[in-house]
Amino acid sequence: MLALIRKDLQIELRTKEALASLLLLALLMLVVLSFAFDPTSALRSESAPGALWVAVTFAGVSALNRSFVAERENDCLQGLLLCPVDRGTIYLAKTIANFLFMMAAQLVTVPIFVFFFNLPLSWGLVGVVASLGLGVFGLSAVGTLFAAVSVRTRAREIMLPLLLLPLIVPVFIAGVKVTARALADKPLADVAHWLHLMIGFDVVFLVVGWLVFEYAVEE
Amino acid sequence: MDNLNFLFAAYTAVWVLLFLYIHILARRNRSLEKDIEELRALLERRARER
Amino acid sequence: MNESVRKWADTFLPPAALCAMSAAIYLVFEYVPTAQGEGVVQRIFYFHVPIATMTYVAFGVVAVASAMFLWRGTLGWDRIAHASAEIGMLFCSLVLITGMMWARPRWNTWWTWDARLTTTLILWLIYAGYLMLRGSVGPTDQGARYAAILGIVGAVDIPIINRSVYWWRTIHPAVIVGREGTSGLTDPRMQVTLAVCFVAMILLYLWLLVVRLDGMRLRDRVEELRQRALREASALGTAA
Repeated sequence: MLALIRKDLQIELRTKEALASLLLLALLMLVVLSFAFDPTSALRSESAPGALWVAVTFAGVSALNRSFVAERENDCLQGLLLCPVDRGTIYLAKTIANFLFMMAAQLVTVPIFVFFFNLPLSWGLVGVVASLGLGVFGLSAVGTLFAAVSVRTRAREIMLPLLLLPLIVPVFIAGVKVTARALADKPLADVAHWLHLMIGFDVVFLVVGWLVFEYAVEE
Repeated sequence: MDNLNFLFAAYTAVWVLLFLYIHILARRNRSLEKDIEELRALLERRARER
Repeated sequence: MNESVRKWADTFLPPAALCAMSAAIYLVFEYVPTAQGEGVVQRIFYFHVPIATMTYVAFGVVAVASAMFLWRGTLGWDRIAHASAEIGMLFCSLVLITGMMWARPRWNTWWTWDARLTTTLILWLIYAGYLMLRGSVGPTDQGARYAAILGIVGAVDIPIINRSVYWWRTIHPAVIVGREGTSGLTDPRMQVTLAVCFVAMILLYLWLLVVRLDGMRLRDRVEELRQRALREASALGTAA
């Protein structure tokens, strides 16, 4: 399985283009959202967590889309399926690869976010990254499964966000709440239930995806 | 009475949507039955020709 | 669906549904007294609640049928899932519409982001996604599998969504979602009315399900015949 993960990451990173375009998209979303809110109003800092998660989610959806488009175009998936590898393992590998890929994008997105929204550099940012980690993992778990499905439908690019967005509402809400808390530098213990929700979500859908992925790639 | 209008609107919505759906289903079913008849006739004609 | 079930359904369900519906309408409009201090609009409740329940039941059916389809592979299960999803979508739309019609005069707002309403909205979006997925792939085996995956994932997700939306709206997380809204139905006439409406909606759902499944059966048959016609045509072609 490690080999699979390495393979996926290598493909993504060799063409730096994939990572770059993901970063750029997240950045653009933050810019647009900044325009949505008047920089002087107090509403700005309150909307910050939401803006971050919107940018992360939409950029993430694009990344997930891409992760299977390449496979499809080169029939790589067929080759992969011929290997005597458990389908569930392929799913896990892809999920982890997508997760790492999206987190790599956060390394740049979060600082930009801090600058654009004039947030103080504090330890709270660790909480923000942690919440992003949990949320992005959930996004990847459900997203990888449905990306495999969407890429083979007629309405290719539109299908994934259509299916994915309602399903990831829990992690989105949780992520925003935890991020808001972390940015306010308040103790995270208060939002423990949200963290539990995210962890639960991640675990549940990782298991479901692992069980069900083979049906998504059967011919 | 404004309240009554909303009540009326709600029930009307229920009926209109239900009716539309059933209408669509019925129309689809009828066209399918027509298709079946045509195909069956076609197959019988072929069988007779042979 | 086997012959005897279908025959029973065709003879029993339409008149039963019609009777129950007529009874329900009579009870709601003539029989039941107006709730204290709520006005006539409150009567929407008698339809709204059963339809809402059936929406979730329909999705449960989608989930179970999807799981059975993936497990067993018999196409019948997939047809049930698809039909139930269509009807569930219809009912879900009705819940949202009647909910808004009730909310506006009652609380002077079209939409409240309260837990159950929002969860139902997300359910509507999942239903919509399911039907779009079906539409985008066509009646193939693969398409059925994709839809089944969505059905299962969606069903697993709904409780989580419900919990998260509920917490989103309250500051302190209570233990479990409370049963607010079922304001004390003190008058037994109200209870009877509600019960009859429930029966009417269940019968309506079953009837629509049977009609839709029938339509699917016909479509499958048409496809079958068409394939046969094509095969025989090409056989004749090569023979001649």
